[in-house]
Amino acid sequence: MSVASLSGQHLLSIEDLDAEGIEEILEVAEAFGEVEKRSVRKVPTLKGKVVASLFFEESTRTRLSFETAAKRLSADVLSLAVASSSVKKGESLRDTVETIEAMGIDAVVLRHSSAGAPEQVARWVERARVINAGDGSHQHPTQALIDLFTLRQALASAQGRSSEGSGLSIFDGLEILIIGDIRHSRVARSQIQAYTTAGATVSVAAPGTLLPTDLEGWPVKVVDDVDEAVRHADVVSLLRMQEERGSGSFVPSLHEFTMTHGMSEARAANLKPGALMTHPGPMVRGIEIASRVADDPRCLVRQQVANGVPVRMAVLFLALSSSSGGEDG
Amino acid sequence: MADRERRHTRPLGSVFVPHADVLNADDLSRAILRMAHEIVERNRGLKNVVLIGLQTGGVAIAERLGELLLEIEGNAPPVGSLDVAFYRDDIGLRPVLPEATTDIPGDLTGKIVILVDDVLFTGRTIRAALNALGDFGRAAQIQLAVVVDRGHRELPLRPDFVGKNLPTARDELVDVTLDGVTLGRLESL
Repeated sequence: MSVASLSGQHLLSIEDLDAEGIEEILEVAEAFGEVEKRSVRKVPTLKGKVVASLFFEESTRTRLSFETAAKRLSADVLSLAVASSSVKKGESLRDTVETIEAMGIDAVVLRHSSAGAPEQVARWVERARVINAGDGSHQHPTQALIDLFTLRQALASAQGRSSEGSGLSIFDGLEILIIGDIRHSRVARSQIQAYTTAGATVSVAAPGTLLPTDLEGWPVKVVDDVDEAVRHADVVSLLRMQEERGSGSFVPSLHEFTMTHGMSEARAANLKPGALMTHPGPMVRGIEIASRVADDPRCLVRQQVANGVPVRMAVLFLALSSSSGGEDG
Repeated sequence: MADRERRHTRPLGSVFVPHADVLNADDLSRAILRMAHEIVERNRGLKNVVLIGLQTGGVAIAERLGELLLEIEGNAPPVGSLDVAFYRDDIGLRPVLPEATTDIPGDLTGKIVILVDDVLFTGRTIRAALNALGDFGRAAQIQLAVVVDRGHRELPLRPDFVGKNLPTARDELVDVTLDGVTLGRLESL
């Protein structure tokens, strides 16, 4: 169900967007990036709107950046701490959502450990817009948008131009290599769709057990020789071993994973000139990325965190704006 | 009228069909030159004056005014630009998207800000711009310069410097470029 533009729509999966829809989000995020540089870093755009953040799974940066984004837009933010809510008393997701909708919420930012929870909530709600902030190992669309936004800025700036209004042409033919726990990674699923839609080609490298079982049909190439692939990639996207989803038991030892697939200093030295690295965080230094590599200027992790706020401002702004033409103003 | 307004004004996907030339390029440059002189006269020079063009139609006009003020007074005031999309009161009523950069030259506290736009219509863009400017400091004064005042105000606002007062019907469109001013309508193909 491609809806092209996010205007007035839920954001459940990157699949919902076409290239034009992605470009629109990046451009609006550029405009919000300018707001971030002002002395008063707040605009009245969503004054009177209520945004609820429902996190049924732990998160630091995603939750903080969504809530910061909503506040920068002057929305009121309700933050449901699951540990102290009626969810603990056995209330179902449906009843929680109905309670929230009855209170006149305009947007629900939802993270849940079950894949598909945001789709389900989107079917239940009538007026609220649902933003997927990560569901199980399914999708994490805003993270993929942040990665595109950050890469576009870094690549444009390396070419000595502004990323604003530059479209998606910078991604044409770009070779992106995703290394790590693809199987459990919602970020990888969103990234693969986002990068492919933007025009890049994507390869993945992981120990066989950490590749998804349904990999056939994905628009990716699986590479076995990590060292060789690293030499050719324009961008290397590193993923964390997800201990909470049992990644560790899929490899003989974390140490072995580090040896075979970690971004060591030696591997980083083989990157081609101008190549960049991304990591959605949280990083586990010494496992998927060596500590020195994490602090290397080619690693964009800090920019990714900083760009979380403008990109999520753009997502909230577009999802809550109207999709239909109204009267002339 | 800016492209943004045109694209999002109903009927969507229609084209601008001009039916009257209001000002040609020479008329327009004379009008802008007069406005530049009025700005200098009103403010007794250009001390503390900052020009802010509204995206997207006002930016070229603000830049032109800046060039003329340099010729008249020998020094050019800072020229900035402002996109008011985030300050509009019709988000949720129609698609409102930022189109271009906001670039305010420094803190506006104590400055005489001259807002520049191509067409003054309902006044809602100017209201949004006034709110936006508040976030960049407390200006000593804010004045408004527009190439065309076409009437139909919905807010208690008036311009300080006007290129041309132009009575219009509500469904007409005013097109301003540095090549001139034309009046027309949007018509479906």
